[in-house]
Amino acid sequence: VKILVPAKRVPDPEQKVKFKGTTLDQSAVNWQLNQFDEYAVETALRLTENASAGGARDGEVVVVSIGPKDVQQQLRATLAMGADRAILVEGADELLDAEVVARTLSKLVEREKPDLVLMGKLAADSESNEVGQRLAGSLGWPQATFACSIEVVDAGKALKVGREVDAGVELKKVPFPAVVTVDLRIVGPQAVKNGKTAPDHAYSEGARYASLKGIMAAKKKPIEEVTLAALGVSAGQHLKVIAAQAPPARKAGIKVGSIQELIEKLHNEAKVL
Amino acid sequence: MGNVLVVVEELQGQLRSASLPAITFGKNMAETVGGQLALLVIGNSVAKAAEEASKLGATQVITVEDGKLEHYLAETYAPIVAKIAQEKQAQVVVASATAQGKDLLPRVAAILDCSLISEVTGIKGPNQFERPMMAGNMIATVEVSTPTVVVTVRQTAFPPAVASGEAAPISKTDPGPIETRGAEFLSVSAQKSERPDLTEAKVVVSGGRGMREGKNFEELAKLADLLGGAMGASRAACDAGMVPNDLQVGQTGKVVAPELYVAVAISGAIQHLAGMKSSKVIVAINKDPEAPIFQVADYGVVTTWEKAVPELLTEVQKLKSAQR
Repeated sequence: VKILVPAKRVPDPEQKVKFKGTTLDQSAVNWQLNQFDEYAVETALRLTENASAGGARDGEVVVVSIGPKDVQQQLRATLAMGADRAILVEGADELLDAEVVARTLSKLVEREKPDLVLMGKLAADSESNEVGQRLAGSLGWPQATFACSIEVVDAGKALKVGREVDAGVELKKVPFPAVVTVDLRIVGPQAVKNGKTAPDHAYSEGARYASLKGIMAAKKKPIEEVTLAALGVSAGQHLKVIAAQAPPARKAGIKVGSIQELIEKLHNEAKVL
Repeated sequence: MGNVLVVVEELQGQLRSASLPAITFGKNMAETVGGQLALLVIGNSVAKAAEEASKLGATQVITVEDGKLEHYLAETYAPIVAKIAQEKQAQVVVASATAQGKDLLPRVAAILDCSLISEVTGIKGPNQFERPMMAGNMIATVEVSTPTVVVTVRQTAFPPAVASGEAAPISKTDPGPIETRGAEFLSVSAQKSERPDLTEAKVVVSGGRGMREGKNFEELAKLADLLGGAMGASRAACDAGMVPNDLQVGQTGKVVAPELYVAVAISGAIQHLAGMKSSKVIVAINKDPEAPIFQVADYGVVTTWEKAVPELLTEVQKLKSAQR
């Protein structure tokens, strides 16, 4: 299978969010690959290898990012994990919204003709949880969002996807070509079954670290640079963040000495009991 | 003039209460844009849910029924929502940000070729909305410039709609061609619980990794039941297999905002805080005085759950008897 993995860089979620007036202060931000997308890369690799035969590759994983040139760094990291090649679509953040991103990906899908577009369910910064569904909708492809398990079925023609929904886990089957967005549990030891790797194979939890060999190999792998214009995408936001601020701070809490005192406070002071 | 269309969910013949905040949002929005509010129910047999919906203050309720629509699929539902949005000249298309809402509405936005705004927590104007970003650490005001806009609503930010006035007329509409794109619903594992729904409960008692094993959650369950609340858990506890994933509170999982949130043996990773920070009163019980959860807690007790939970049961019991 050929898999296209759209990936985005985001500010380190562990870093304190800073504001400059009514905008986000990005001057001291540590950028990193969105964790959900990193997991999508891991999933794509698991789907295209025979892990019980030394990780022999079978298929192609192409990672694409839309953003400033610096995203090269994150793309290189995915190549070091094992992705085959990468595409960087240059675009300043203020030209992009989810609509533009989905249209750009749709152009790349026309060009690359992947069997599967696999991506994170959301970006940890904008949290709009939208691009995968939009892309599927505009391509007229089936979609399986919030995936916590993926199994290749029907002789490699379809996927059985476990989806995290409100009631629990929903099983949905989608034929190729399809769009799948992943949730965090997709990198569990047995979440991905590709039909080639032994079904009882247990991966280590999480995304793989790049090996030294992988890092060396990544230096030789291509990162193609294209522009939005070359893809025929007219950029421009229909959705703009016009102001940003910190959420109202919570009043500093207190520590109480005993459960008895806690109950007394909840009853008399907070009046929730 | 623009109207407002709210997609409401139906579950086993009933209107899903998770949709009620979206209806409240829809009412406010209809006033803001000066249009009418229509509710849309899609499924196999939705008469009862439609009747419930008709009492909630909308101008009309539209139903779309077909055997092929018994199980929700984004592929079949999205074109129906888009078609009706166009027929009703909807300027704003809305659903609650449930798993279904989040799966469906972006696909609708793609068909309508318009912007989507996710997890809206406030209305600032006809085309300006408030929504949290960065795991709840930033509140953004966003402005949209497409004539139509699709919105998912954070359930905890709007009160549930209540019955008011006369019942609205219910009309049945044709679904048009139903095309699955090859997608197939296979099954859903539904854990039936006697407790209130996590996202709607007034009290949530959550346990974390420090609970160590699944059977220890039974103690927390007693407390949740005594308080008439729901059970929640941190991602660590779910991942360790102590409790099912659908109890997870956080950025991955459910966002809750109860009157009282009791975090037991939860350290308080940002992803967890993002899912419960808007709770009215937060209680943290943790043996580690440095645990980050204490930074958002109104009341903290530094102790082990083994000691705290039995005492809580006794003290709450005492208080309840005294109130009787």
